[in-house]
Amino acid sequence: MLLTKLTGIARSEGDPRVIYKGPSSLTDADRLARALGWFSVGLGVVELVAAGRIARALGLEDKEGLIRAFGARELASAVPTLSVDKAPGLAARIGGDVLDLLTLSTALHRHNPKRSNAALATALVLGVTLLDLAAYAGVKAAHHRGSGSRRDYSGRTGLPRGAQASRGLARKDFKTPPDYRAEGTVAAALPAAAT
Amino acid sequence: MKALVWHGKEDIRCDTVSDPAIEDPRDAVIKVTSCAICGSDLHLFHNLVPAMLPGDIMGHETMGEVVEVGSAAKSKLKKGDRVVIPFTIQCGECDQCRRGNFSVCERTNRKKKLGDKAFGHATAGLFGYTHLTGGYPGGQAEYLRVPFADTTHIKVPDGISDEKLLFLSDILPTGWQAAVQADIQPGDTVAVWGCGPVGQMTIRSAVLLGAEQVIAIDHLPERLSMAAAAGAITINFDEESVVERLNELTGGKGPHKCIDAVGAESHVGVGQPDTLFDRAKQMLMMENDRPHVLREMIYVCRPAGVISIIGVYLGLIDKLPMGQAMNKGLTFRMAQAHVPRWTGDLLRRIEDGQIDPSFVITHKADLSQGPEMYAKFRDKADGCIKVMLQP
Repeated sequence: MLLTKLTGIARSEGDPRVIYKGPSSLTDADRLARALGWFSVGLGVVELVAAGRIARALGLEDKEGLIRAFGARELASAVPTLSVDKAPGLAARIGGDVLDLLTLSTALHRHNPKRSNAALATALVLGVTLLDLAAYAGVKAAHHRGSGSRRDYSGRTGLPRGAQASRGLARKDFKTPPDYRAEGTVAAALPAAAT
Repeated sequence: MKALVWHGKEDIRCDTVSDPAIEDPRDAVIKVTSCAICGSDLHLFHNLVPAMLPGDIMGHETMGEVVEVGSAAKSKLKKGDRVVIPFTIQCGECDQCRRGNFSVCERTNRKKKLGDKAFGHATAGLFGYTHLTGGYPGGQAEYLRVPFADTTHIKVPDGISDEKLLFLSDILPTGWQAAVQADIQPGDTVAVWGCGPVGQMTIRSAVLLGAEQVIAIDHLPERLSMAAAAGAITINFDEESVVERLNELTGGKGPHKCIDAVGAESHVGVGQPDTLFDRAKQMLMMENDRPHVLREMIYVCRPAGVISIIGVYLGLIDKLPMGQAMNKGLTFRMAQAHVPRWTGDLLRRIEDGQIDPSFVITHKADLSQGPEMYAKFRDKADGCIKVMLQP
């Protein structure tokens, strides 16, 4: 509400101002998708700038480059997730979660001194995966065409006299204005045509 | 009062807001009896125009009853008058208004400096359509203040339903202008891309103006069935090549006149690979619009033909085949509709039973259901083509 009030400076005295907000057109799934999109942005930036520290914390020192690539992937999936086409972004995130889990699984062996960190990260990724799946299912359910393709509007002519009888009807009393006309033809302007 | 208010991308709410008040002697306030959601409202719903502010009231297709009149508008309006409000606000006195170019009125954009920066020269004020066009509160509300009300209204008679009259505010004159500026002549083949509400009005206008063959292009069966009802030949671009089919229907020469009733948000699909690139660039804010239809029209239009653009474009587009357009000698005509230029004539045609614009309404709802109707209209769910709202 603070932002809405602040925008009042762009309005004139007689313009209506918001007093109470009503329910939003955004569904819970839309909001969850948006939150996951911003989470992707945050995680992506961290993975890009602190790939080395993450790799060492997980005992995956040889995978610093891969973690950086995952950061780029997170940013790439954030773009559609934050757009109106959320489903492809969420699908990309789910695919990314699988890659994350596969990578983390290589750090869960008993010889890894950072195994507990890797286990915690795996649990977190599993949790986020569940959220991604819920958001994907929710967005798909909320935004679908439903039975629309079965509707038939073939009786809606909008031309009370019928399509055929209406053809050219306006020509009887309407002339295209000169500013929308290319008057005449070149042939008509040629001397031969004039004779 | 209640109003549909923009709060951000995909976030429209039915809020309680303060009532509008008269600010200028030329203002009037109307009690809204009917309003509608326009396809171009979806560009704002998708936040593709970076000039909306949280708290902006949506809507530019509105009609109602005059309840308050400023002193300078009293010679033209009185309480109780039934009026349709054009989406363009016009002064009626500037050079452009005198020429009939009402959508580029020089005086009604109250944020002219912003408009000048964005467009080079500001265009007319519009209701509920960003601060680039004045930031005027829109008409998806119980009441609407109409600036320059003495010239920004269409008086309509009693005895004709709101359903038949409401679309004089926008989509009927918009569709009519799309056909008129295409300079349709008897014998012409006219191809119309997009069978949304404006496309549907364009198709009927083309028929009334005597086009021999009207070809409607879309991919939604319910929209194509509505187009076919007016006698149009339909092309489903999911099922067949638009270019091949148009050439087949025109003896290989292409349509004389091509009309874009789609604009900024062409359907994105694998069958139209350029739309995938455009969508990606749009997401990264590297391009404002997806001009697939423009590219296709330029490619398939008959040389020396006319391209009429009525679908709303927002800003920058990429990969426009200007070489094809120039070498083929195409004429481009485009504009936001100059609504009052056509409405007197169109009202007469409604009264005369030549056209009944109510055919396009597929959903009616209470204003409070507006937020969900925005989503339904955007998702094209439940066969939704046009939503009419009643406060």
